[in-house]
Amino acid sequence: MAETHSLQDLRQAAVASKVFVQRDYSSGTICKFQTKFPAELESRIDKQQFEETVQTLNNLYAEAEKLGGRSYLEGCLACLTAYTIFLCMETHYEKVLKKIAKYIQEQNEKIYAPLGLLLTDPIERGLRVVEIIIFEDRSIGSR
Amino acid sequence: MKNCEYQQIDPRALGTSNTRTSTTLKLPKNSQRLRRKWEVFPGKNRFYCDGRIMLARQCGVLPLTIGLIFITSGLFFTFDCPFLVDHLTVFIPVIGGVLFVFVIFTLLQTSFTDPGILPRALPDEAANIERQIDNSGSSTYRPPPRTKEILINDQVVKLKYCFTCKMFRPPRTSHCSLCDNCVERFDHHCPWVGNCVGKRNYRFFYAFIVSLSFLTSFIFGCVITHLTLRSQDENGIIQAIQDSPASVVELVICFFSIWSILGLSGFHTYLVAANLTTNEDIKGSWSSKRGEESGNPYTYNNIFTNCCVVLCGPMPPSLIDRRGFLPPDDAPQTVTSDTELPPFMSKNDANMCTQGTKELLESMAHSTVIQSTCAPGTPKTAPVTQESLLRTVSITVSPPNRPHSTGCSGRQARHPIDVSCSQKGNKRAALHTHKPMLHVPSTPYSHGRSPLTLSDAPDMGFIPLN
Repeated sequence: MAETHSLQDLRQAAVASKVFVQRDYSSGTICKFQTKFPAELESRIDKQQFEETVQTLNNLYAEAEKLGGRSYLEGCLACLTAYTIFLCMETHYEKVLKKIAKYIQEQNEKIYAPLGLLLTDPIERGLRVVEIIIFEDRSIGSR
Repeated sequence: MKNCEYQQIDPRALGTSNTRTSTTLKLPKNSQRLRRKWEVFPGKNRFYCDGRIMLARQCGVLPLTIGLIFITSGLFFTFDCPFLVDHLTVFIPVIGGVLFVFVIFTLLQTSFTDPGILPRALPDEAANIERQIDNSGSSTYRPPPRTKEILINDQVVKLKYCFTCKMFRPPRTSHCSLCDNCVERFDHHCPWVGNCVGKRNYRFFYAFIVSLSFLTSFIFGCVITHLTLRSQDENGIIQAIQDSPASVVELVICFFSIWSILGLSGFHTYLVAANLTTNEDIKGSWSSKRGEESGNPYTYNNIFTNCCVVLCGPMPPSLIDRRGFLPPDDAPQTVTSDTELPPFMSKNDANMCTQGTKELLESMAHSTVIQSTCAPGTPKTAPVTQESLLRTVSITVSPPNRPHSTGCSGRQARHPIDVSCSQKGNKRAALHTHKPMLHVPSTPYSHGRSPLTLSDAPDMGFIPLN
């Protein structure tokens, strides 16, 4: 069984490899990631845990891009003010992005870092991929 | 006493590359100024106000657009409004003023907003994509397959590989050769606003052309009214024209503008209602002429819903993080000639929580990687970036020798969209070629000029590190 590590311990670790979870375009251009479990993670993390993380991320992005009363109201109000409110106000999307960042940090601290993995926020990769850094197990805990 | 002070300092905080990097990141006390990401942006864009405002490098005729609007409106307010206020109502300059302000705001928003540029793939991501599609795992310099087919709403859509940005383009994304960027939901590159029109600024563009149609129609109507009333007062149209020559200038400008602007507004209203882009419409991506059951997979099959989605949908964020800071680079020459994007280690405030930890971890990782590949047992004290690591590896990606995929250059001359494509349609616009506006996809040959040099020794890369 792999040793458990904290986020701080990972500073001593070497990057073994990176896994990229690609976008899933089957529902159109909305931001959604594939929930297919990458083979490289098989030995490191539980499949269900991983799928749950990606599914939660997908749900959060769906919430950001949701078309509904609120987004239409924001859009109409913006139009009436010649879109100047975008300069002052934080949009709904940006608020959800903050939530996503927090969620990813929390997942890293609680679940992924102890297993020697690190999730990268997709916004840092242009919402193209979820990058998962796999750290080597050996060097952790030896110092 | 001195000895006590020295002993109190935690030895782990000194001497290792790790902490030194962290202090360098957090407290830039060295002489090197922290640079922002816009300064190393690989696309052909111009940035002002420290990255807050961006334009295409070729800003086209934006000054002309602004000039024409100001001149026409200025003449209107100076020469026509006083007469009309006396004879009709004071609301004329008020309405004119509101329209003018709306037009200028939306024009500036269209020009200065990021249209939805996709940041280029980082080296490890690009290498991963190439690894996935290179099934044989051999070290030949074959170009990766150029397309990938996916199903969107039961419709087959081809995703193309972009050789400049090193990634498969998402659906509806196109690479603009003028700006050298992949832009999401690419509509067209508009020289009149000096920027691409894409996902993030389409609504501004639409508001601009609609409000400009109203403004030009309004000014046109007011000038006609002015000249008519004046000719009645002064017994003749010639006398009226001689008294107010500015009105004739406005008349001429508006007359020629109206046709094109109204046509363009109508065309874009159709596109909005059908949830199409100019690019898709011109290429005929979803037309039924192909003989298949192809329809637009992105439409909601309801005009009202389509309009709401395109114009009032949620505003996506900018993906390129212009004002984020680059990690300090003590080897600036590592940025290769094809300007690889440095790692996006720092981000906006949304990610400040993870930022510090991640930067730490990634820089640790890289310094440790160098350590293992270079001299085991001698830790490198300088932080290294992915570029410097990449220098030791090289793969050449050669572009495909395929003919230009779109027939847009061939179809431009005959396409009925020609009229609307002239955007602002005065005399100069009629002479202005359509090509720059419609030449949206990039040529294969431009990619050839910027090969990524990663070696074909995948074992040396940081992906499988052994």
